[in-house]
Amino acid sequence: MRDVAIIGVGCTEFGEHWGTSFRDLFVKAGTLALEDAGVTGENLDALYVGNMSAGRFVEQEHIGALIADYAGLATNHVASTRVEAACASGGLAFRQAVIAVASGMEDIVVAAGVEKMTDVGTGASVDMLASAADREWEGFAGATFPGLYAMIATDYMHRYPLTREQLAEVAVKNHENGAKNPIAQFRNRITVDTVLNSSLVADPLRLFDCSPITDGAAAVVVVPLERAREFTDSPVKVLASAQASDTIALHDRRDISTLDATVAAGRGAFSQAGLTHKDIDMLEVHDCFTIAEICAIEDLGFCKKGEAGRLTAEGTTALGGEIPVNTSGGLKACGHPVGATGIKQIYEIVSQLRGEAGARQVDAEIGMAHNVGGTGATVVVHILGA
Amino acid sequence: MSVSRFWRKIPQRYNLVGTQCTTCGRYFFPPRSLCPDCRRSGKIVDHKFNGEGTVVTYTVVRSASDQFENTTPYVLAVVQLDEGPRLTTQIACPPGEAKIGMRVKSVFRRVAADGESGTIHYGTKFVPSE
Ligand SMILES: [Zn+2]
Repeated sequence: MRDVAIIGVGCTEFGEHWGTSFRDLFVKAGTLALEDAGVTGENLDALYVGNMSAGRFVEQEHIGALIADYAGLATNHVASTRVEAACASGGLAFRQAVIAVASGMEDIVVAAGVEKMTDVGTGASVDMLASAADREWEGFAGATFPGLYAMIATDYMHRYPLTREQLAEVAVKNHENGAKNPIAQFRNRITVDTVLNSSLVADPLRLFDCSPITDGAAAVVVVPLERAREFTDSPVKVLASAQASDTIALHDRRDISTLDATVAAGRGAFSQAGLTHKDIDMLEVHDCFTIAEICAIEDLGFCKKGEAGRLTAEGTTALGGEIPVNTSGGLKACGHPVGATGIKQIYEIVSQLRGEAGARQVDAEIGMAHNVGGTGATVVVHILGA
Repeated sequence: MSVSRFWRKIPQRYNLVGTQCTTCGRYFFPPRSLCPDCRRSGKIVDHKFNGEGTVVTYTVVRSASDQFENTTPYVLAVVQLDEGPRLTTQIACPPGEAKIGMRVKSVFRRVAADGESGTIHYGTKFVPSE
């Protein structure tokens, strides 16, 4: 197996892009990544594109070919593959690109993610997102995606001393970071009261506990580490790539409040990289809901179960804290175009490790990305190092 | 959900019919045709659950997909059946009354409708039993 490095990254602004189509979003992110890498399209061996549900959001399947075509690569006949694992599609696309390069089969590979969600109404998008869970036995009963995470929150708050205010602090911190991120969907600061006064979506989760509906795309270019210096003076190494599955339905989990797939993928990543928690300088975790960030920090092993809420309120995970979490603003404030999110996490860590994160810059040499599909049925964890 | 897709699972949805692996004794609802413990050596038979259970966790859904928007607010819960398996269901009770550990029993109810003139989906909900 060969070591793999990232040589270029690109990301569109995240938000409601009424004037921009699915294919335009992807082309923009891809172009930015190739320019950043100093690579031209004809040098690419393969594309891996994370996308959850273009079939339902924009009634388009066969995304791999569409994207190769509109990236101007159809006549080069580049290998282009769509990858799907609900909200973890982006992280999984990155992992496929890493595996392709590590294996020696492909040399210059783009991993991308794209989702265009605002072409349908809110009711329809709530229904589509519910398809990340078990349609037959969760969705049928009226389980919405916020409803499932709300049931995690109910169980968690029954068993551990997490207060409603501490949960709100996750959103406050992520909006604070988003306010410093030029690509973030929300760049406004909020307070605990903003969260507590917002409308209930699924008790105890309120509107400001939830990530938004977002359009966006992100792309990164990976090559064998031994070739990285041909393209850039600041390659970022892929130190670990781990993936784990769990039951599709929340009700079948061993423990409602622990994402066992996060535990497994996290352990796998640490073991591959030969690193411990003390070595990680920053985290991008999957905060589709505030409770999800709490669970992620704990299930990755950065603190004991039940402690992440207090640590968040104390500022441990803030920009200036001991272990900054979601410096991008996370899914909550940066936005959550589902298929693009996992690639945006890689984009953010690379920006931080290269010292290009502007007002939200932290002191970091090693970062970890954690991307979740559904309520924890797929988890992908990557460790990157400067 | 299409008519055929709904119709296929009517015994399971209406009557709480799941399965049991007679090799290891484990019960499954929702039904499984492969036992995760015994895999190919597991012998699977149908099993009708008695419909009594306990609320493991719950929420009150206040914003739903179009199919369920007329039903909000409703209590959504994970219920553990007395035979062991857990399922996701609605509890037909006022939102303020749901509690972790609450004893519940299954009832046959209307679950959702596909639009104004679409198929009405019936199935199992639960009601407080104490
Ligand atoms: Zn068995």
